[in-house]
Amino acid sequence: MANVALDPHAAVVSTASGGPAALTSADGTPLARALARSQRRARRRAFLLVLPLLAFILITFVVPIGQMLQRSFYNAGFSANMPQVSAWFAETERGTDPDDAAWAALAADLTAAAEARTVAMVGTRINYDLSGTRSLFTSTGRALRGGIEPPYRENLLEIDQKWGDPQLWSVMREASRPVTANFYLAAVDRARDAEGNIVQVDERQRVYTMLFGRTFWLSLVITALTFVLGFPIAHLLATLPLRKSNLLMILVLLPFWTSLLVRTTSWMVLLQQQGVVNDLLVWTGIIGASGRLQMIYNQTGTIIAMTHILLPFMILPLYSVMRTINPSYVRAARSLGASSWTAFRRVYFPQTLPGLGAGALLVFILAVGYYITPALVGGSSGQLISNMIAMHMTSTLNWSLAAALAALLLAAVLVLYWVYDRMVGIDNLKLG
Amino acid sequence: MALPSYASPLERAWHYAYLVICGLIFFFLIAPIIVIIPLSFNAEPFFTFTPAMRALDPDGFSLRWYQSLLHFGMENPQAEGWAFWSDAWANANWIKAAKNSIIIGFFSTLVATVLGTLAALGLARPEMPFRRTIMAILISPMIVPLIITATGMFFFYSNPCDLLVLIGLEPQCGRLAGTYLGVILAHATLGIPFVIITVTATLIGFDQSLNRAAASLGANPRVTFFRVTMPLILPGVISGALFAFVTSFDEVVAVLFIGGPEQQTIPRQMWNGIREQISPAILAVATLLVVFSIALLTTVELLRRRSERIRGVTPR
Repeated sequence: MANVALDPHAAVVSTASGGPAALTSADGTPLARALARSQRRARRRAFLLVLPLLAFILITFVVPIGQMLQRSFYNAGFSANMPQVSAWFAETERGTDPDDAAWAALAADLTAAAEARTVAMVGTRINYDLSGTRSLFTSTGRALRGGIEPPYRENLLEIDQKWGDPQLWSVMREASRPVTANFYLAAVDRARDAEGNIVQVDERQRVYTMLFGRTFWLSLVITALTFVLGFPIAHLLATLPLRKSNLLMILVLLPFWTSLLVRTTSWMVLLQQQGVVNDLLVWTGIIGASGRLQMIYNQTGTIIAMTHILLPFMILPLYSVMRTINPSYVRAARSLGASSWTAFRRVYFPQTLPGLGAGALLVFILAVGYYITPALVGGSSGQLISNMIAMHMTSTLNWSLAAALAALLLAAVLVLYWVYDRMVGIDNLKLG
Repeated sequence: MALPSYASPLERAWHYAYLVICGLIFFFLIAPIIVIIPLSFNAEPFFTFTPAMRALDPDGFSLRWYQSLLHFGMENPQAEGWAFWSDAWANANWIKAAKNSIIIGFFSTLVATVLGTLAALGLARPEMPFRRTIMAILISPMIVPLIITATGMFFFYSNPCDLLVLIGLEPQCGRLAGTYLGVILAHATLGIPFVIITVTATLIGFDQSLNRAAASLGANPRVTFFRVTMPLILPGVISGALFAFVTSFDEVVAVLFIGGPEQQTIPRQMWNGIREQISPAILAVATLLVVFSIALLTTVELLRRRSERIRGVTPR
């Protein structure tokens, strides 16, 4: 065992007297513990580097989205401002006709809300579920400025007959609980009837399921188109000599770096009825001067513009996978008698699948949430679910419904993101 | 991709057809961006090539849309010399928008780059705990649809102290919505994923033993960082910063939701212009932005090559 003495690491072991030897570091602590301590310190140091950014993202991004999601199932617009009648709803069974106590509570709450100037807020909340009721609340509020005398039922009905509407009472009962799933029901075109059963809304009002369907369908079409257009380009770039492919790559990267609004604008200009594309088609005689095509402000416009905008996101991952494919596999297949089509289908194409999966998932995820391009070129038939969320945020001000729609969209995107992370790994995301 | 000598005539035909198809796709990619450049010099208020333009008649072209861009919002566009330019600098709407875009872009890039680079350094260490989860959270602003992000930010920035209510406090504080700070923070959030992605990609090729070598030669961690690590990852940091800047420079949804009338940026002004009545003046802006993106793309490409050269990575 002469070697032991020469090996400095072994020295610690050989000097330990008897029994199973414990490895120690220079200052005498057991090596395992010293190692664990230094690893802990290294972990902490790495974590401290990430911590400022993590805190920043949590505060400016994760928490705001959480707050927004809270609105999708929590709305105290009615219950906080109408406490007495909310209490009456809580005590009675669903379907109970309003009794004297209910009318008294309603009159008291409305008077108080009119004084506190919150009656419009209450009206807005009820208006979400029963349109045309906002003015009922505000006008009643104005009439109650001077107070109200019993009998409350008769006096309220005198101000407006609508107070006797059983549907109004059923909607108020639903709104009296601040925590509710009703906005999610509305987001999938469902509502509760007077008995509390979940039913589909009137056929003319069913828009959201159709819009979710359209969003997914159009995203699928756009993903397929980017694949059809992106695959040949990526293949060409991957097989050309590097000098040439770097030059051609600029043609892919320039659109990628160009402002989204610029690209959308140029499609608006090109595709309009008096635009360059129609001019060209008329000039070449493909269509007559009277038959100019409507290619924008409809689904076609959305599909063309979004395919163009998202194409680089398909090409770049495909390209980076195709670069790594060894050309000798295809040559081997050919030498074994495969036709060029068979060699492509059985040997080359399967090797591109990782890039294809990465590109397709990325394009689909981005397409599902697109807002600007459909808003500008989509007309009415090319609007996606994002545009509906924006509409409820900015014009109808039904923020709870906007939040519920956003929550459903977010859930879909996060599932796809999870799949992307599993399949591709976020670390492999590349830009340019 | 040369054709092998044993290719059959059918394969040859297919090969040339394939090259033509690729050419058409490249045309589809690039033509919409290039075509607006000549259209922006149109002498007429049309979005097509007029007969005069097709005949290359100088009268068919003009700078009138660029002029109208500059004049828009000015008090006295007829003034001469110094008075004209000081008026333009102070009042022209597009110049104001450009100033706003640059201010917001600069500060949001600064925040995103500093925080993002630090975090990327931590994430690149092998001992980083919960690496995958944290990375997923930090990249998510790029993945979550912008409209959802903007909606969430709208509520939060209107009343940032709402956060403290959760822990039982009821403080009063100002709004972040409608302030420069609010827009800068929002844009920094959106730019961070790009910084993380580019800087971590640079660090993958980074040889950690260089840091140990510096330490063994007596450099403290600060000196090691600034003298050894930083110069090597700098190209990645700069291209990440450029990505973050472009993200902010091109961002319209968050500005629409949380910006006030003061925070009129170029994309927002463009958005309004397109929604109301699209005029060829928009094409003039678009042309200027295309020139800007060509300059950025060139910078990023040069940086990428430099980075590969100094790290000794041969381009694949």
